[in-house]
Amino acid sequence: MGYPHKPHPKETVLLSRYFGEADARTYKGWVKRGGYAALEQARAMEPARVIDIVKESGLRGRGGAGFPTGLKWSFMPKEKKKPHYLCVNADESEPGTFKDREIMRWTPHALLEGTAIAAHAIQADVAYIYIRGEFTEPLAIMEKALTDARSAGVFGDLKIHLHRGAGAYICGEETALMNSIEGKRGNPRIKPPFPAAAGVFGMPTTINNVETLAAVPPILTKGAAWYKSLSLSSPKSTGTKLFSVCGHVQQPGNYEVTLGFPLKDLVYELCGGMRPGRTLKACIPGGSSVPILDRAETESCLLDYEGVVERGSMLGSGGVIVFDDSADMVYQIMRLARFYAHESCAQCTQCREGTAWTTKILERILAGQGKPADLDLLLDLAENMTGKTICVLSDSCAAPVVSGIKKFRSEFEEYIAGRRQPVLVA
Amino acid sequence: MSDDLITLTIDGVPVSVAKGTLVIEAAKQAGVLVPHYCYHPGLPVAGVCRMCLVEIEKQPKLAVACATQAAEGMVVNTQSAAAKSARTSVLEFLLINHPLDCPICDQAGECELQDFTFQEGRAATRYSPEYPKRFNPVEDFGPDVLYVPNRCILCTRCVRFMEDVAQEPVLNVSERGDRAYIGVHPETRLDHPWAGNVVDLCPVGSLLSKDFLHKARAWELDKSASVCTGCSQGCNVTLDTRENVVVRVRPRPNLEVNRYFICDHGRMNYRWMNRGDRIEAPLVQRGGELHATDWQDAFERVTTVLRGAGGRVVTLVSPRASTEALFFARELFRGGALDWTGAFQVVMGEEAPLAGVPDLALRAERAPNGRGAELLGYGREYAAALAAAESAAVVLVLDEPDIPVRTAGTLIYVGTVLPERARDAHVVLPIANVAEEEGSFVNRDGRVQRYAQAKTAPGMARPAWWVFSELGAALGQGEPVGSAAEAFERVAQAIEPLRGLSYEQLGFGGRPAAVPAAV
Repeated sequence: MGYPHKPHPKETVLLSRYFGEADARTYKGWVKRGGYAALEQARAMEPARVIDIVKESGLRGRGGAGFPTGLKWSFMPKEKKKPHYLCVNADESEPGTFKDREIMRWTPHALLEGTAIAAHAIQADVAYIYIRGEFTEPLAIMEKALTDARSAGVFGDLKIHLHRGAGAYICGEETALMNSIEGKRGNPRIKPPFPAAAGVFGMPTTINNVETLAAVPPILTKGAAWYKSLSLSSPKSTGTKLFSVCGHVQQPGNYEVTLGFPLKDLVYELCGGMRPGRTLKACIPGGSSVPILDRAETESCLLDYEGVVERGSMLGSGGVIVFDDSADMVYQIMRLARFYAHESCAQCTQCREGTAWTTKILERILAGQGKPADLDLLLDLAENMTGKTICVLSDSCAAPVVSGIKKFRSEFEEYIAGRRQPVLVA
Repeated sequence: MSDDLITLTIDGVPVSVAKGTLVIEAAKQAGVLVPHYCYHPGLPVAGVCRMCLVEIEKQPKLAVACATQAAEGMVVNTQSAAAKSARTSVLEFLLINHPLDCPICDQAGECELQDFTFQEGRAATRYSPEYPKRFNPVEDFGPDVLYVPNRCILCTRCVRFMEDVAQEPVLNVSERGDRAYIGVHPETRLDHPWAGNVVDLCPVGSLLSKDFLHKARAWELDKSASVCTGCSQGCNVTLDTRENVVVRVRPRPNLEVNRYFICDHGRMNYRWMNRGDRIEAPLVQRGGELHATDWQDAFERVTTVLRGAGGRVVTLVSPRASTEALFFARELFRGGALDWTGAFQVVMGEEAPLAGVPDLALRAERAPNGRGAELLGYGREYAAALAAAESAAVVLVLDEPDIPVRTAGTLIYVGTVLPERARDAHVVLPIANVAEEEGSFVNRDGRVQRYAQAKTAPGMARPAWWVFSELGAALGQGEPVGSAAEAFERVAQAIEPLRGLSYEQLGFGGRPAAVPAAV
């Protein structure tokens, strides 16, 4: 549902069905709604069978990368020689994304159930749910739900820990998250080794996003074929996805639609379109790390992994940021760059220095002190910040800069030429 | 070819390396130095500076040579346009917050940031001079280490050394993004006995030795391969001299002995090499006073004493003397009718191991050649030898100031400086110290290691092996030796555990002798 709004007829409510129902938060309420049946079902199966079902369903990671979930699970050693770990990435920090927060606030047991099923599939002894430090309310709800479900004995031997982050964006990167759980500085690790070989505490580990795991119970109860049939365009993108829409729309919020849904309909119908007198200018479809779409691209974009790539961006985490014609794209891009400069972990040279330099150049342009050569310099820095570092934070800073200059170059040039009033940058 | 070897091509040069070898190490074997900062063979791989980006055929992205294992048939190109441009860009990024204060920086001339910037950096930065650079004040990290954060490139070598090698994790990366700097634990100092290595590891002028601060520019230094005399470990070192003065001791890599490190005790153990109060000429006793003379006169005096001697002879030697000197000093009395006793004593101190490296420690025994002295028949019963010396006919001393107050016999003192008690000596012969001669030591594990001459000896002082070999020749014991190499050959011929070793073979890494290691 388009929580906090009433569900729109075009939504397909699967994960968000019980958003807004306080009773669904409780253990009893969840069981009444058919909860934990999928877990029992999974427990009766061989782990490999559970993996096969998830593979067949076509479920892909909802955290941003879109990696097939069943395939990821199958990378874990079949023959267990060391303890296996499951990490749940609930460090939702991507600007523009707020879907996992709602899942944890309203349906904590959906996440716990998905977690327990995944742990069974990968033969994990311990699961860590790494919750963003700022998520105080979701944490309290998760704690209550975990205590209740644990006393009801639904997890068997599985140990589930809630681990609270301390406010670093980079800890949402999977290997940084593992370092953070281990009590180390949250720096991304070099891969290989991949987590399935050596993850948290050096043991075989699988890491999944909250939304991914919340989608697992219905796949088991309703079947892989049913889930696979939820697809409006590319057969490689199946199921439903929560889109967190923010920015210049009438009704921002979370909307759950079947993959392949037109972005245009999401913005104009579900979210009620632009404010009166305003027109759509641009849209970031998958969280702040992906390239910006212009109006034409936005209006012709289908929301699935392939459709967004076709328009030159990425589905990412499903955080949709909408800009109308009042938006100053130079300012918006500077704000994004400044965010990445602030959050860079400082390991890789290109990222540590590049994000900060990019921000300085953009600030100067906004202050009316830009130079014509600055745009080419920004593009060259972005080129050198892309694909050369341990993780993709640096690439994420470069993406909006490159797409922004490509699609809104005239706005930059107006500042540089002095035709636009300088903006005071705090 | 063995199954454990794989063959790859680096810049067109085929090279075979062991499985598991990193591309950056394979490149070294192909004669290619891939520019790098965070990588160091003695530390865990970090892969953070991103300087060693190279192009590998069939791989979509550039790869860091330091974290990529070589694979069979791999084709690596370090000089492709993409690889070079990526590295040029890293250098530009590294310099935007760097103060470019090379003219006042101790590292200038031996700075990897300078070197690689000259090699493949941009001629000029595109960073606007109007933008501020990161500034943090200089920090006093520990007894000998200063941190200049403005020059830091955050390669984290120092952090990894303290964490994984010293295993005392007192350094970290503090803050994030371009505000990051190296932090030290607020309640401790960087005072680990091996902490000084962070200064050598630092590829730029960010971690500085207080001891070496402003002493010399790197290009004014002459470097000589040597062996540390601080303890019986035998760490390989380089003595840096400026105008015949030793100004710095740094580790010289030897994977068998000290890997890439030396302890702070060894690092600071050099000032005595520059002592000014040296014996500069042979001295002979005349009218109750020592008078300078020439070598021939001094030798004649000594041989007269030795020819006429009967009864007991005691030789007191320093365990800092070369194996060659100890050998020829012993040879003077071999086979004669004399009752010979030779002894040495070793100053003891606290042992300080380097936790992350097996068999590497500042040893309790603070002398480099105790093992050599033992091999040559010198004993450790020093007190007994001292007592015996009081009634001996001849007492020959080799650079050991702890000698009897009085002796009934004739005292011949061969040394670098003259202790008060040696003023009664019949003859005093001036010798070179370890920095002024060539020679070899045997470390506690029985490894024979050569050291080279780093500076000239004062006045008429000569290597001790030369002095004793000349005396032997004057006594009719055969031809004198003219070089340290010849001296070693004589030792190797005569001493069973060293037989078969040649001076050339020893090279500057040393070879194990056929002896059991000391306990």
